[in-house]
Amino acid sequence: MNTTVDPQEIAQFAAIADAWWDPDGAFRPLHRLNPVRLRYIRDRLCAHFWLDAQAPKPLAGLRLIDIGCGGGLLCEPLTRMGATVTGIDAAAEGIAAAKAHAEEAGLAIDYRAVAAETLVAAGETFDAVISMEVLEHVSDVSAFLAACRDLTRPGGAMALSTLNRTPKSYLMAIVGAEYVLRWLPRGTHNWKKFIRPSELAALLRRQGLELVDLTGIEYSPLTDRFSAGPKLEVNYMAFAARP
Amino acid sequence: MKNELKADVAIIGGGLVGLTLGRALALRGIAACVIDRQPLEIMTDAAYDGRGSAIALGSQQLLDSLGLWADMAAQAGPILDIRVSDGDSRLFLHYDHREIGSDPMGWIVENTVTRRVLAKAAGETGGLTVIAPAAVERLERGAGRVVAHLSDGRTIRAALAVAADGKQSPTREAAGIRATRWDYPQTGIVCSVSLERPHRGIAHERFLPAGPFALLPMTGIPGHPHRASIVWTERQALAPAMLALDDADFSIEMNRRFGDYYGRLTLLGRRWSYPLSLLLASRTTDHRLALIGDAAHAIHPIAGQGLNLGLRDIAVLADILGEAQGLGLDLGDKSLLDEYARRRRVDTLGLIAATDGLNRLFSNDLAPVRLARRLGLATVNRLPPLKHLFMRHAMGTMGGSLGMLLGQGPR
Repeated sequence: MNTTVDPQEIAQFAAIADAWWDPDGAFRPLHRLNPVRLRYIRDRLCAHFWLDAQAPKPLAGLRLIDIGCGGGLLCEPLTRMGATVTGIDAAAEGIAAAKAHAEEAGLAIDYRAVAAETLVAAGETFDAVISMEVLEHVSDVSAFLAACRDLTRPGGAMALSTLNRTPKSYLMAIVGAEYVLRWLPRGTHNWKKFIRPSELAALLRRQGLELVDLTGIEYSPLTDRFSAGPKLEVNYMAFAARP
Repeated sequence: MKNELKADVAIIGGGLVGLTLGRALALRGIAACVIDRQPLEIMTDAAYDGRGSAIALGSQQLLDSLGLWADMAAQAGPILDIRVSDGDSRLFLHYDHREIGSDPMGWIVENTVTRRVLAKAAGETGGLTVIAPAAVERLERGAGRVVAHLSDGRTIRAALAVAADGKQSPTREAAGIRATRWDYPQTGIVCSVSLERPHRGIAHERFLPAGPFALLPMTGIPGHPHRASIVWTERQALAPAMLALDDADFSIEMNRRFGDYYGRLTLLGRRWSYPLSLLLASRTTDHRLALIGDAAHAIHPIAGQGLNLGLRDIAVLADILGEAQGLGLDLGDKSLLDEYARRRRVDTLGLIAATDGLNRLFSNDLAPVRLARRLGLATVNRLPPLKHLFMRHAMGTMGGSLGMLLGQGPR
């Protein structure tokens, strides 16, 4: 089967699978980003599906899939928020780490080491597809988004995040994060694969999806904190609906 | 009996801060389980704890937001003025609450009253379980959860353990967290007194060579309309002799020290004594463990800030955990604990340095030091902006984190 998985990219992540749940380890930026991403996903999903974001289990009743779930940094909180979650990742090492961690935490999550295209072929669908920090790592963004659309039921939604292709994102994500701060292993990102919001909007439209929202993620080096905001120049999140 | 209980947070210690945290978490939808060695009924008995606590304005706002203040208010003596004087000097520092707003500067509440209100509220709080008496024999802190093994054979499984088990904190010791301790050569003698004349809400602190002697305004009781709590700091060597005196001689010594601002002071009920020491844990968090209240920091009671500091721990921790719960995060996650430690560090260190410094400055009988502090007191009094700063600090509204929780910026 043809998949959008890039073997070189997957090997890069498999090599550091053990570190997924170490908040000071290789995935530190993702741990720092997590509250911002989770708030966005929760609030957007609640608005889309008419749910109460302040309820004890705001996502109860929703079936979600997290594509490129890694160690399960999003899957576990989404499950605690009440959703029924499937997490897939092309790196089997990540899935093994995710399964072990969920077991320890006592959470039931359906983790599978498969590509999105495999689930499309099996005809599976979900209320919403979540894929954060994945677009910039796949080999064919258009084909990947088509698979995401096919996994979303009509009336469902999609939450994405990726890196913009701007001089500032080059400085922040490549020079800053990989070389200066050593947050990420060198070679984690390839700037040329970053996607401009206008390009993402066009790609989504071509797949018959409606772009509902674009929100930037801003980093303040002074407070070492990420926050959601209007600036899309480095990292941004997108929410789309499948009519 | 069910042998394994599940909660989100296991709180070890059901004293003032432990129960308040349990209530604060439960109200945010976080299932909390409080464990204490003693039954709550013993802790609410009048003979268990003779102390009163100063509740700063910020702390009162927290207690109010937790629905606890309404039941405490009738037995809370408001502090309208604070008068600080030095020995026999006529110079004194006078803080009047009207200079910075209409609220009292704080309240004096007997710990027994607060314990009773907390115990009653705990029984009525959904999501809060109290297990007492039971001791935590072993706290197992695994990669994904903590398990508290209790002396009655039960276990409690939770995402996070909080140590609220006091200055000697067995939980802190077992976790191998070192604590630095300074013992002051002083003893705190505590008792209630009846005054001849009304105290008009004035908290009076006299700095005597042996240490501060404080008279804190309390609410009246039948037969004793003008009541106050005395916190008398005495040299450790002299304290046993004072405590051994009969009531009549003890009263003479007490009256001699305080003077006749309100006429004669008459002893009501028994006297308590507490050794004074300062304790600071080397860190306030460990793997799936947070320390709060005296387990993290026990300060010299000179400024009446011990409970306030513990309540500010609660405000910050409940804020962080409540937010995390809403996002489905693991409540024992290291990044949350790091955030708690970071937000509490400055406040704790500042207060410890300030209260320790005040005590060292005032428990000193050298002539130049006496002169300097007399001039100091008089100078602060003449400089309104500096005074306002001192007052706001005493009122506890400066702590930025609590202010944010309560929806008010730093003033």
